[in-house]
Amino acid sequence: MSRSDWEVVIGLEVHAQLNTASKIFSGASTAFGAEPNRQASAVDIALPGVLPVLNRGAVERAIRFGLAIGAHVAEKSVFARKNYFYPDLPKGYQISQMDLPVVVGGAITIRVGEGESGYEKTVRLTRAHLEEDAGKSLHEDFHGMTGIDLNRAGTPLLEIVSEPDMRSSAEAVAYARALHALVRWIDICDGNMQEGSFRCDANVSVRRKGAAEFGTRREIKNLNSFRFLQQAIDYEVQWQIDTLEDGGRVQQATVLFDPDTGETRMMRSKEDAHDYRYFPDPDLLPLMIAPEWKARVQAEMPELPGAMKARFMDAWGLSAYDATTLTASKEVADFYQATVSATGASLATQLPKLCANWVMGDLAARINKAELDVSASPVSPAQLAGLVARIADNTISNAIGKKVFEALWNGEGATADEVIERQGLKQVTDTGAIEAMIDEVLAANQKSVEEFRAGKEKAFNALVGQVMKASKGKASPAQVNELLRKKLGA
Amino acid sequence: MINASLPELRRALDARQISAVELAGLFLDRIDALNPALNAFITVDREGALAAAHTADQRIAAGSAGPLTGIPLAHKDVFCTEGVLTTCGSKMLANFVSPYDAHVVSLLKAAGAVSLGKANMDEFAMGSSNESSYYGAVKNPWNPERIPGGSSGGSAAAVAARLAPIATGTDTGGSVRQPASYCGITGIKPTYGLVSRYGMIAYASSLDQGGAFGASAEDCALLLSAMTGFDERDSTSLERPTEDYAAALAGPASTRPLEGLTIGLPREFFAEGMADDVRATIDAAIAQYRALGATTVEVSLPNARLAIPAYYVIAPAECSSNLSRFDGVRYGHRAADYGDLADMYAKSRAEGFGAEVKRRILVGTYVLSHGYYDAYYLQAQRLRRLIAQDFQAALQHCDLIAGPTTPTTAWALGEKADDPVQMYLSDIYTIAVNLAGLPGLSHPAGFGADGLPVGLQLIGDYFAESRLLNAAHRFQQATDWHTHRPACAA
Repeated sequence: MSRSDWEVVIGLEVHAQLNTASKIFSGASTAFGAEPNRQASAVDIALPGVLPVLNRGAVERAIRFGLAIGAHVAEKSVFARKNYFYPDLPKGYQISQMDLPVVVGGAITIRVGEGESGYEKTVRLTRAHLEEDAGKSLHEDFHGMTGIDLNRAGTPLLEIVSEPDMRSSAEAVAYARALHALVRWIDICDGNMQEGSFRCDANVSVRRKGAAEFGTRREIKNLNSFRFLQQAIDYEVQWQIDTLEDGGRVQQATVLFDPDTGETRMMRSKEDAHDYRYFPDPDLLPLMIAPEWKARVQAEMPELPGAMKARFMDAWGLSAYDATTLTASKEVADFYQATVSATGASLATQLPKLCANWVMGDLAARINKAELDVSASPVSPAQLAGLVARIADNTISNAIGKKVFEALWNGEGATADEVIERQGLKQVTDTGAIEAMIDEVLAANQKSVEEFRAGKEKAFNALVGQVMKASKGKASPAQVNELLRKKLGA
Repeated sequence: MINASLPELRRALDARQISAVELAGLFLDRIDALNPALNAFITVDREGALAAAHTADQRIAAGSAGPLTGIPLAHKDVFCTEGVLTTCGSKMLANFVSPYDAHVVSLLKAAGAVSLGKANMDEFAMGSSNESSYYGAVKNPWNPERIPGGSSGGSAAAVAARLAPIATGTDTGGSVRQPASYCGITGIKPTYGLVSRYGMIAYASSLDQGGAFGASAEDCALLLSAMTGFDERDSTSLERPTEDYAAALAGPASTRPLEGLTIGLPREFFAEGMADDVRATIDAAIAQYRALGATTVEVSLPNARLAIPAYYVIAPAECSSNLSRFDGVRYGHRAADYGDLADMYAKSRAEGFGAEVKRRILVGTYVLSHGYYDAYYLQAQRLRRLIAQDFQAALQHCDLIAGPTTPTTAWALGEKADDPVQMYLSDIYTIAVNLAGLPGLSHPAGFGADGLPVGLQLIGDYFAESRLLNAAHRFQQATDWHTHRPACAA
């Protein structure tokens, strides 16, 4: 048997922390990084007698998500208590949703791989439900004791559950990335994976190709980077295949991924699974979402990446590749659109493509090298638009444009025009001046002239290069070409 | 003065015949003298009471007194009181001082009422005899060998013995009405959602409701008016304007003031199970209602017999979850010696909870368990709906429903301590009202063969508090059962 005889089946559960200012059932702040237990109210620490009150901002974000993935947003959903004891779970139960979640169904289209071998795939979602986060247990620094920090307790989460539609770690990562981009795009989650705002659990199983039934799955908990997600799945898949090929059986279990060893190890087996004794929380009324509420959220919804991509292609003539790249994240799309609109409407028809080239080319390269977020780019959309406009109107060449971009990046001028003016980079378009330069070059390069006349086209290019050099790059290559051919009588 | 009604106390305070400080001192001295025998209070807050009374005197002097300004009262120890011990009748909370006031407590503070202390109760409000309190049984002021009823036994005994003119209580299955009946006073449990549960330590959230004790319907009306009102911190709190129940009692004097009122008598309440002396007393009281102009019709509550089994699934299910927060981690009792985390939980809870609480947690855990949930919890919820429908059907034929509050008078201390089911049956007439969420009231109707008080229960439709109080008030204007006092308060 080889690896290719097996089919991998993956479903993801993602916990996206909703970016509300206060917690899901209390008024305490959700800001990250406060001193332990400073952002834990009476409700969060579950004092006797306190009661939860639902934060409608969290519900609104769930609605936004449901609408964005084309899901059913339930008119009625119910909060349930998931009962278990743990020191960082103050009430002894987590308020979650079980039988009636707020979001049902929906799908996300992902692009897996790049270039020719890349392909698109639709991943179906099972559901998404609202719940509260637990606090944190700190096992270090307390000399054999455990510290409890309840700042995170009650932070709103949207648990997003996919169908087992993914067939490789690459698909799982592509899905996770697409979901990550989406929740940031619709501004319901900051997506900060280091701070735990976006955490993945992966349900992984393998089966022989062609088998009708799924294999037994193991759930890898709490993967907080795309790299770990890929590594953990790859390791787990190989472990399951090895186990089965050695005649063993995979037992349903929850496992943890150790980034240091790159291995998964069992946390608890199915036999140890809790009986959570779910039942509807009597402290909270069923969550009713009226059609009007849904309609209002829909009206306030930003343009989604799919729609924006189509618009870039239809209205601005971008290629599918360009449109996909520019809508991969909200920040890039925002930057690109701001650049296009700053170029002004008069030249709009030709500039979007030029803007796209610059945003995806020089800007992206510089941003990546500097490890910056595009929103923190030292070159603003307005500055880039000014630069693009000068290329478009032939004030400078594309090559000089790169110089101007560098200057803007380094803060050597407030606008492209200022840089061009100060550094004398304006394109030379005076025919007389260029002809004078051509005459000098021809006089100094008689050998090349003869070679050209003998039929060597290469010699012509060398002469163009010499003229460009003489103009310090400021002459228009097209104009030099034209005048040179005229001079040589070609 | 100790037997004065609230309107009489109001007049005396406003006329400066007595100061609020003197009035508080009068009741505090009675508590000092009688509480050692009655055990109606767990905590007496002399200092806090005198300070509050002093403030009340200033308000009276300034002419800004409200109906309850300077009126002493007792709070059931289920209500959190800032800076004053709140035990809920349990060893678990023997050391718990709440950092905040329950909504009811803050409303009454704002009204200028003077809290004398915290009344004894069955542990976590679980019990019908007040014998499950960690702080010892409360004695019935009419006969110290008898139980006062429960779970608000301390509140009822305090009012009956005139250790306080009025008291707060809570009623989950009869815990206001049943002790009011046994102690010969008036008690009302309003419609579920009328009194905020914020700061009221939860037993069974979907049934718990704050209520009022007084010597008369009029005193209850004054107290209840100050306890009700929408509270955004309780999601089950009802958003509706507050009512002045006392003002609604004033009506033109008439020999037949209840003309036009139809009282339904449930066939099932008058079937077997009721003691003969109780039956005779209730029959006489019903005759009195007829004499006051009311007409009576027989109605049926065919599913009422299922109330006790439904209740003893739903209430334990909710309590098993509600009491999970008492884990020894953040507050309350923690075992002195323990091994690991599980051992800490087990020992802290084993030591902190009494037998009845443990029994209900175990039952609740069982009925919510995987595989049993449908058969018990869901089935009980179905019964609950049927019971609520029964009341609605019956109320089509009458304005109020009347019957006994309890099947017998107060039994002897210890008599049913080892037979929980017999104990549960004492709430047979009251529990269905909680399951339906309706308002209920118990008022003194006479005395049984053993010389102990018998209570008559009035049940109304949702928000019929005014109608209940008005009917009881008219009854009390025409009779003197509510003016009888036990020897210690004569």
